[in-house]
Amino acid sequence: MKEKKNALQKLKQWIDGEITFFDAEESISRQQKKQQTFCFPKFSRLKKAQTSPAAYRLFCMGVAAIIILALLAVVNELPLFGAAEDPTNNEVVERYIESGIEETGAINFVAGMILDYRAFDTFGESNVLFLAVICVVMLLQKDEKNYNALEEREIQEDELFDKKSGKVLIRCAGKYLSPLVMLYGIYVILNGHLSPGGGFSGGSIVGAGLILYSVAYGHKKMQTFFTMKTFTIINVTCLLVYCACKSYSFFTGANHVGASVPKGIPGMILSSGFILPLNICVGMIVTCTMYGFYSLFTKGEI
Amino acid sequence: MQIEWIFLIFLLASAIGVSVVKNLFLAVIIFMDYSAIMAIVWLFLESPDLAITQAAVGAGVDSILFFLTLKKVHALKGTREE
Repeated sequence: MKEKKNALQKLKQWIDGEITFFDAEESISRQQKKQQTFCFPKFSRLKKAQTSPAAYRLFCMGVAAIIILALLAVVNELPLFGAAEDPTNNEVVERYIESGIEETGAINFVAGMILDYRAFDTFGESNVLFLAVICVVMLLQKDEKNYNALEEREIQEDELFDKKSGKVLIRCAGKYLSPLVMLYGIYVILNGHLSPGGGFSGGSIVGAGLILYSVAYGHKKMQTFFTMKTFTIINVTCLLVYCACKSYSFFTGANHVGASVPKGIPGMILSSGFILPLNICVGMIVTCTMYGFYSLFTKGEI
Repeated sequence: MQIEWIFLIFLLASAIGVSVVKNLFLAVIIFMDYSAIMAIVWLFLESPDLAITQAAVGAGVDSILFFLTLKKVHALKGTREE
């Protein structure tokens, strides 16, 4: 009992940062010592190979060749593409193809699968994207603690250089191409349940359009309508809407309440239940993520 | 049938080229090229969804991020050699 209490107290102290179990510098020096004394006692040939670069290169090529041959052998064992006795040709695919339109209302089977049958997976994917961009924000965003005078000077010099050079070609491309690119992306998102595409691909196209605009007209102009605040609001609202929609359909489906969303006529733009709003949500999250990556990599802020 | 073989051979060539080329700028451009050809191959395999995503992410956003990283670590010639 005493030991347990001690362990709890130690854990609390560790969380508060008063004591450390693991000293980084000490472990690094220990590892270096190990590396210095470490050698291959049994494989004397390997040691010889390490000393002579030609033999080392030959050894590396041999290992790579063995791995490539093993992978190619596995590829050879795979079933033929689209063969009848393929293990993926089972009742799941049959169900999707036979009653997919009835059950989801989406003509694009892939959208029906991703956002209806397996919507939980897509929710996880959106969360992973959100987490990735949050990690990039934590690592790269500039604030008092993460500030480098040299980098700041470089960014300012780059801005001066950008202003001096005319950038006629990229200005022209940004002016006439980026609206078209964004329009195409929005079309892909909105027609996700009717034609190929959907939230993720459409969102990345819109994000590419935003990046083109930002390259052509600079970061300052972008900040007039897209700041960290809008980024956070859009991301969190879209994730919450997605969560609410899917919770509703999981709850009603699991309890056999039967209050399902009207499917509409397959082929119309306003059909297939929740797939259209979910596509819009995923698309907005992906757009924000793509632009967020770009702007954090260049300027360190959104 | 024949045009698919041409694309597949081009795909292999660019995949090997990425790892062989010493110039990083060229490597990123060959990688972009690989993504564009891969998008066409997806079209031949009758999956337009993947083709759109591959073209947008692989050829567009990915290579932009690669270029930005190269610029940040001063590995691109002509920007800031130090």
